[in-house]
Amino acid sequence: MTRLSLYSSNSIANMRKLIRRLFVTMAWSLACAGAFAAEAKPASDNPALEARVMKISGELRCLVCQNETIAASHADLAVDLRRQVREMLQNGQNEQQVIEYMTARYGDFVLYRPPFKPLTALLWIGPAAMVVGGLGTLFVVLRRRSRLADDAFEPDDKDASGDPHLS
Amino acid sequence: MKHVRYLVPMGILLVLLYFLRAGLNLNPKEVPSPLIGKPAPEFSLPRLDQPEQRISRADMRGQVWMLNVWASWCVACRQEHPLLVQYAKQSKVPIYGLNYKDERAAGMKWLADFGNPYTASISDRDGRVGIDFGVYGVPETFVIDRDGVIRYKQIGPLTPEVIHDTIEPLLKQLNS
Repeated sequence: MTRLSLYSSNSIANMRKLIRRLFVTMAWSLACAGAFAAEAKPASDNPALEARVMKISGELRCLVCQNETIAASHADLAVDLRRQVREMLQNGQNEQQVIEYMTARYGDFVLYRPPFKPLTALLWIGPAAMVVGGLGTLFVVLRRRSRLADDAFEPDDKDASGDPHLS
Repeated sequence: MKHVRYLVPMGILLVLLYFLRAGLNLNPKEVPSPLIGKPAPEFSLPRLDQPEQRISRADMRGQVWMLNVWASWCVACRQEHPLLVQYAKQSKVPIYGLNYKDERAAGMKWLADFGNPYTASISDRDGRVGIDFGVYGVPETFVIDRDGVIRYKQIGPLTPEVIHDTIEPLLKQLNS
């Protein structure tokens, strides 16, 4: 009792608030994790169609929550776009037409695999070019060094246990 | 001369840093619309205040107009709204509202509460016209020219700066 009375009622209230917030946060994270695991529930009872809808939706970026696909997202817009994909497929349109429909409205950014064109060339080639460039440079430098005469290098430190920078 | 070699990696690093720095100033939430410079999509929607009356793209022909996407559930719209109301009073351009995925009653109440800057609002109950306009966040605002071509899209709330620096000059150009 005496210990408890050391805390002002204010700080206890604050502590309670903090704990409640913590629980709310945890509950939210759990809910989100569950949502991810379940993906979105299908809206029609045709599993073949739903599979196609999900396959195409999995190629499309949700613009509201940009690191999610339309297949995985619960954002309102993603639900609407899945509906759109479903309807287009039901009307007999093919995957290509759905992709074109989406890029006409939202641009290449909706595609997780954007087409290769001048604007996206750096995106596609950039990482590979950097790796090739880096390895190439390393190769050239190492080769040049291996051809140098021994006296081009500083002699090895005799006392290997000591700090070479101090010698 | 020998030291010049050492400047090469430094130069590469500086170029990389420049791009990384430039990347910081980009807003990933602002996805450039492919619809700029293209004709506005076809639509025909009921008016929010008189649902029996419809407004379509054809009705807009021959005038420069703005389309503001809003909803009563949209918090950022509330932030933007006073500016729109004020701007509408200057009546430089007709502003039409696209009431996006909203209940009619809620939308009407919102306009009654916060003021109605719109020449008319049309109600896009299921968001299909929104999709055609490439809407992915509310508010969004489009400037559309006499030929029905989308000339500008503002993603997110309008600001006095955007209106003054971008929209006004564009309107001047389109109306001349």
